[in-house]
Amino acid sequence: MRSKTQSPNERRTPLTLKAAAAMGLLFLHFPLAIIILYAFTTEEASFRFPPPGLTTEWVGVLFSRSDFWNAFGLSLQVAVVATLMALVLGTLTAAAIYRSAFFGREAVSLLVLLPIALPGIVTGIALRSAISLGDFSFGYWTIVVGHATFCIVTVYNNVVARLRRTAHSQIEASMDLGASTFQTFRYIVLPNIATALLAGGMLAFALSFDEVIVTTFTAGQQETLPIWIFSQLVRPRNRPVTNVAALFVIMVTFIPIILAHRMTSDTATH
Amino acid sequence: MSAIHVDREVAIQFTNVCRYFGEVKAVDHISLQVYDGEFFSMLGPSGSGKTTCLRLIAGFEMPTEGSIRLYGAEVSRTPPYDRDVNTVFQDYALFPHMDVGENIAYGLMVRKVPKKERETRVNEMLELVRLPGLARRKPSQLSGGQRQRVALARALVNHPRVLLLDEPLGALDLKLRQEMQIELKSIQEQIGITFVFVTHDQEEALTMSDRVAVFNHGKIEQVGSPAEIYEQPATSFVAGFVGTSNILSGGLAQQLTGSPDLFSIRPEKIRMSPEDEENRSLSSADFCMVAGTIRDVIYLGVTTRYLVEVDGGGDLTVVQQNLDPVPGDVVGARGNRVALSWPRSANRRLIAQEKSR
Repeated sequence: MRSKTQSPNERRTPLTLKAAAAMGLLFLHFPLAIIILYAFTTEEASFRFPPPGLTTEWVGVLFSRSDFWNAFGLSLQVAVVATLMALVLGTLTAAAIYRSAFFGREAVSLLVLLPIALPGIVTGIALRSAISLGDFSFGYWTIVVGHATFCIVTVYNNVVARLRRTAHSQIEASMDLGASTFQTFRYIVLPNIATALLAGGMLAFALSFDEVIVTTFTAGQQETLPIWIFSQLVRPRNRPVTNVAALFVIMVTFIPIILAHRMTSDTATH
Repeated sequence: MSAIHVDREVAIQFTNVCRYFGEVKAVDHISLQVYDGEFFSMLGPSGSGKTTCLRLIAGFEMPTEGSIRLYGAEVSRTPPYDRDVNTVFQDYALFPHMDVGENIAYGLMVRKVPKKERETRVNEMLELVRLPGLARRKPSQLSGGQRQRVALARALVNHPRVLLLDEPLGALDLKLRQEMQIELKSIQEQIGITFVFVTHDQEEALTMSDRVAVFNHGKIEQVGSPAEIYEQPATSFVAGFVGTSNILSGGLAQQLTGSPDLFSIRPEKIRMSPEDEENRSLSSADFCMVAGTIRDVIYLGVTTRYLVEVDGGGDLTVVQQNLDPVPGDVVGARGNRVALSWPRSANRRLIAQEKSR
């Protein structure tokens, strides 16, 4: 029921609070604005404010470079495969944790969440040691597996939260009406967690796409897009090109995050 | 009343069924029979094992011990989707992402019934529960009473032989609940299948059922027709849970009935009149009679409830119908002396129980 009276937080915000919020936003987004601005500067090497002129020629320069496209393609592939792996494994883990009450359930739940809480450098070193120990060669698949470790978390978190909101009686009702376990998953569980999967998957994709630390430990000779950008910074002549690439990364990761956010807040009030 | 069931087919047979959850004996050696076409209620307080019994029939629980038969076939290890039984859940458990029609058709859809037939049967069901034309609504757009009807239609669409109802009217307000009671009963008579109805509301159980099983602490205290349960309670628990009762024991029982056993007397069986010389303690072969003082008066509209302190110790609750159209009955004022009398046949001897848990 919605009451007709105004809720207290609909009152006018005090000016000081507004100013503080503005400062916070500025602090967060000013550096991004700089990157965007200097992606279009006519100056090649140094930063000067204001930029002497604006141009879009760097976009063309970036797009004509094959090393950029290779890095971009690799990042895209890694993110997609790591996300798919996370979707399957994260959903299965969530289902197992949700359905059964076993000894140490909370501990297992914590262990699943740990990779995202641990500093990336620890995860990176651990993975590097494990991969060397197992005598695998560093390359595409080691990057994917490294990314999947933290991608699983976002999927797991979203799905487990959704499952907890889903009445268990729905699953019982489905079986009661004659649906097999598979049919129940297909017709009842999956539609219930669909948006959670999508949201978790998009976050996982965004996380993987701009990951640097774990990647540096698990990659062989390959360069993902963030690592490519990093390596470009040592060459000041190409600075605006790097900025254009950064802008590209912002767009690729920002859009899924916005969509994921909208999707989960839409269904939260269901 | 139960005599008519003798030649009926047994729909559900529990033989020594137990269901333990760790140390908790949710269902403790229960044996019972439900007959084909019967409206059977499982009545009891929460935690008495009635819902677990229902879940055992549905197949959501497996018995720790004992055997469960549905129409003769052993089903203790049969999964829910292979049982000819459907359930109306307490929270209705409608699928929020499907509309009403899809919800009702679900049981047909998973059994691969052709689409044409599904439609006809969904419409039949909507007709039966009196919700025609609502097939394209989402469950969230329905009122509580409508959701209840959809849940009922969804459970009946597969034509089960037994319908299980888990406190389905609990969430409805009083008026709607009474309407649904009548409607459920008439639907049951119309389609003629077995209904097993779980409730903690004794009035609901008495109103609707052919027979009632009263549950307490995982055991059945008594099974019988509503009149048997009410008029001839077997134990003090039944006497106290179904309606209210004066439970007499020891000295008071000796004084009033001539025997120190456990007795129950329904408050409305007792007649109250002003005390005078003739009726003071004139117990006879047919009537018990005792004098006392009114300690409390509670006016309830249709009836008034009195608490009477009996001479020689002990209290009796007495309920009298308010027949006099003028308020302010002189007999019934607090502190008045009254004579109570009731037929000896109203004394119901109870089976003594060990004080369990």
